[in-house]
Amino acid sequence: MNDALTRAPGAAEQAVPARAASRMRWWTPYAFLAPYLALFTVFMLVPIGFGLWTSLHEWDINLPAKPFVGLANYADLFDPGSVDGSRFWLAMRATGVFTVASVPILIVLPLLVALLMNGRFKGRNVYRAVYFAPYVLGVAVVGLLWRYLLDGNIGLVNHYLGLDVQWTTDVPPAWIALVGVTVWWTLGLNAVIFLAGLQDIPRELHEAAMVDGAGAWRRFRAVTLPGLRPVMVFVVNATILASANMFGQSYLITAGAPADQTKTAIYLIAETGLRQFDMGTASAMSFVLAAFLMVASALVFGVFRDRDKR
Amino acid sequence: MTNPLSRRAFLGLTGAAGLTTALAACGGGTRLGAGSGTPTPAAPAFTGGEYTGPKVTLEYWNGFTGGDGPHMRTMLDGFNQRFAGRIEVRNVTRRWEDLYPAMPTAIAAGKGPDVAIIHNDWIGTFAVRQVLIPIDDVVGALRLTEDDFIPAVWKAGSYAGKRYSVPLDVHCLGDYYNTAHLEKIGLKEAPADRAAYEEALAELKKAGIAAPFWMPNKWPAHLMFMSLLWQHGGELYSEDGTRALWGSEQGVQALSWMVEQIDKGYSPAKVAIDSQYAAFKNDKVSLTWDGIWQINDLRTNAPSLKWNLAPVPAIGGSPAVWSASHNFVLTAQAGRDANKVQAAKVFIDHMSRQSTEWAKAGMIPARNSARQAPEVAELPQVKLAADLSAFHFLPALPGVGDVQSKALELAVAKAVLKQAAPADALKEGVATADKLLADNKRKYGR
Repeated sequence: MNDALTRAPGAAEQAVPARAASRMRWWTPYAFLAPYLALFTVFMLVPIGFGLWTSLHEWDINLPAKPFVGLANYADLFDPGSVDGSRFWLAMRATGVFTVASVPILIVLPLLVALLMNGRFKGRNVYRAVYFAPYVLGVAVVGLLWRYLLDGNIGLVNHYLGLDVQWTTDVPPAWIALVGVTVWWTLGLNAVIFLAGLQDIPRELHEAAMVDGAGAWRRFRAVTLPGLRPVMVFVVNATILASANMFGQSYLITAGAPADQTKTAIYLIAETGLRQFDMGTASAMSFVLAAFLMVASALVFGVFRDRDKR
Repeated sequence: MTNPLSRRAFLGLTGAAGLTTALAACGGGTRLGAGSGTPTPAAPAFTGGEYTGPKVTLEYWNGFTGGDGPHMRTMLDGFNQRFAGRIEVRNVTRRWEDLYPAMPTAIAAGKGPDVAIIHNDWIGTFAVRQVLIPIDDVVGALRLTEDDFIPAVWKAGSYAGKRYSVPLDVHCLGDYYNTAHLEKIGLKEAPADRAAYEEALAELKKAGIAAPFWMPNKWPAHLMFMSLLWQHGGELYSEDGTRALWGSEQGVQALSWMVEQIDKGYSPAKVAIDSQYAAFKNDKVSLTWDGIWQINDLRTNAPSLKWNLAPVPAIGGSPAVWSASHNFVLTAQAGRDANKVQAAKVFIDHMSRQSTEWAKAGMIPARNSARQAPEVAELPQVKLAADLSAFHFLPALPGVGDVQSKALELAVAKAVLKQAAPADALKEGVATADKLLADNKRKYGR
């Protein structure tokens, strides 16, 4: 696709900028950007600005007085002795535990599934559909379904496995349950993205590697993985963000049990802002969480960029 | 690079524009709560009787999602038929835990209820949030007087000298028992005191019921805890609402008894939310404490189960049980339209005269006089109201709901899940509660 750019040395090229310049005003590029900028402003900049403004106030949705408190909401969050501070860091910890536990599985397992589905065998489309099927269910369906299946005393999972594990009211079983349900639910999406990435890797590269005598493992490491790198950056980032935003599963399956240990940051933010109407604290929590996620994303991009240079 | 406006300056400008818009939006935001502060067009005082204004539609919110819902809809149909062409009441039923958070914002946006049902302990919070408008005149027209009500129910409806509610019913926790299980150990009724209750549990276990009394860690665990606390003579909050008192010696005794049921093997450990009730419905549990509104649910959805309902046993010595009441309230949204105010008052007046009918939904009429009507007195739940002194209510302190969920319910859950000893869980919870109470005091400016 960069053919067009490299193919045009010569006189024609010099003429173009001259003509363009005569028609270009300084605002021309901005005019082209305007439709996007308008949307970006209305749906991104304004809400972010409004959120920041809110986080600097004691902002109760329906109390008329919304006193300006400066950074007090943030100070409160960083004070482990305060009610909101201790709750927030417990929730951040829950989010961290879930992310660390779920992301590796949500990368490796879908990759394996994608490799399998990339092969040529009978009924391939059926398998693809089967793996993707849970993803079309909403979180409410998934949550309710598993809440009853996983119930420690009346659930089918314990019944058929002959276990006595409290999947929804004890840690670590609750984490295993939440990660397991999430993997079952969203594995299909990552697998499909990986599959698309795999199909984009030219066959010739594999053939050339084979001619050079590379075995399956070597081909995977030297051809498949590098070929997947752009897809991988996207999947890793999207999965980290999705895991860090986990809400529905713990809301519906464990209800934060045991004693708020599986109450994630988003869960707590929603509860603080929309149930207790304390928008100021909730906004402050959102900004702290957003800062963490930005650092995480930057790290992921950093890791993959370093490999590029090598 | 001769652009009069550099890229950086442009970004700065857009940022500034964004911020201006944001600030403008803030201006809009402050209006949210202040909407109710706009002067209400003077509606004439309600004196009872008919509605004479133009046709209006009222939005009516309630949380009757259980066995009580169909009954409310029937009553509503009756009202709509009678007032056809004049008042139309549209019903919105959603779970209480979703209804309360949504109501204030929806009302501020003009998309909420004009008239609603809320619990006694929310009246204070909503009154101070200016979500409600006073209805002293309706109470007057209904000729409701304090001496016809349980004092706690009546007092919960007034805030800063004005009445905000018309109580519809009271409801409480009850002791549901599986009659087939109890027959195995030769009991016809659920035991009523501690010694008999514990003996029955031991007998039931011997009779082959592996876990006869499941102890929840979430809802209704906190209702059980509060009932037991009051039975032991403890109190929830100080009179002025500045201190939590549930960490007392009585609180420890109450919570310890709950944990004991697990230690003695009468309950499995770490029971998941709602599964004690599901297990009761499925004939696996002999005794479970739940709200009386489940009566119709058990009748409809567990027809083969043999069960009955008794008052919560007096474990701590004196009988006491958590209770609450449903109340009609008029919202600030209706307050913007004098006709709606009139119509809503007619509606509340009409509906609250039918508390006998409502009792069939599994509730206890709030009016002492209505409980004496023969068709009501025979209902199973009304027997629970024989001793009204046992009924204890959550105080209507503004913001008490937050304190309950962030501190008390968490402490109970921690102890039942064995994450902390009862005394330690309560101590930690009370420390949190005291901070929240101080915060509320300041926030709601009392």
